Amino acid sequence: MYRAKVYVYPKEGILDPQGKAVHQILKNMGYKAVNGVRVGKFVTLELNSALTEAEAYQQMEEMCQKLLANPIIEDYRFEIEKVTEEQE
Amino acid sequence: MKSGVKFGVVVFPGSNCDYDVYDVLKRVMKQKTVFLWHKEHDLQDCDVIVLPGGFSYGDYLRTGAMARYSPIMQEVINFAKNGGIVLGICNGFQVLLETNLLPGAMLKNKTLRFICKPVYLRVENNRTLFTSCCSEGEVLRIPIAHNEGNYYLDRENLQRLEENKQVVFRYATPDGEITESANPNGSLNNIAGIINQKGNVLGLMPHPERCSEQLLGSEDGKKIFQSIVESQLS
Repeated sequence: MYRAKVYVYPKEGILDPQGKAVHQILKNMGYKAVNGVRVGKFVTLELNSALTEAEAYQQMEEMCQKLLANPIIEDYRFEIEKVTEEQE
Repeated sequence: MKSGVKFGVVVFPGSNCDYDVYDVLKRVMKQKTVFLWHKEHDLQDCDVIVLPGGFSYGDYLRTGAMARYSPIMQEVINFAKNGGIVLGICNGFQVLLETNLLPGAMLKNKTLRFICKPVYLRVENNRTLFTSCCSEGEVLRIPIAHNEGNYYLDRENLQRLEENKQVVFRYATPDGEITESANPNGSLNNIAGIINQKGNVLGLMPHPERCSEQLLGSEDGKKIFQSIVESQLS
């Protein structure tokens, strides 16, 4: 099978109230070196090994565009790794 | 001439304003009203579809993101594309954004708080079938209750939205001034409600069904339902 990791995060320049709040708290905690924080999402998926690698990439791209991310406000990237039976 | 309007209120798992809007349409507005379960494909010949407020699919992933792919929504999208009238309230508005029937997206409130309070709205465009019973510039007092009402659209499309007069309601002071302090959630241009270019799909964050009878302190919300009914009967 394939294991996919999807990272969804607020687009550059888009207000991220969660990131701002986390940043403020980190500063309060004394971590003065933090220049910025953005909060996103991390999703993992398992895909059937009947797919070719190209099909797996194509389907992941579609799923990100249609559901997992909202391209108006979010960017995304994903990684796919093939997992052999012993690793499962 | 039609004797009445048939409303369909869509029920998603997690909708929680469905009964409120059903009650207003049926008992207060005296119109034929039915519930439409999200797993159905039949819009039952309704004239108007209402997507109610709530937390469809628990607001998981993003507000409205999963409701958009429920069976009934495929029918609602076709209905809207053929000119059918669709009203989205709060979570219903978020669903309309996810379906791209309306442009833009919702971010978390700037304050990071769930806000539940009455706000003042200025009617920016009364030449829509949803607002014909209001006067232009009229100020309505209608409650909001949401965590993601911070409307966002890129600059170019926002400009187009404004030029086309698609902004129907804006957060305002009781006197109708559009100020930053009157904006509860950080919404761009104080936007509280917008309409599509064709004029048959409206989404708004405030809840008109919560203030449609004097018993609840205000009838301002009724003007929206009244406008829809009159548009269909005239």
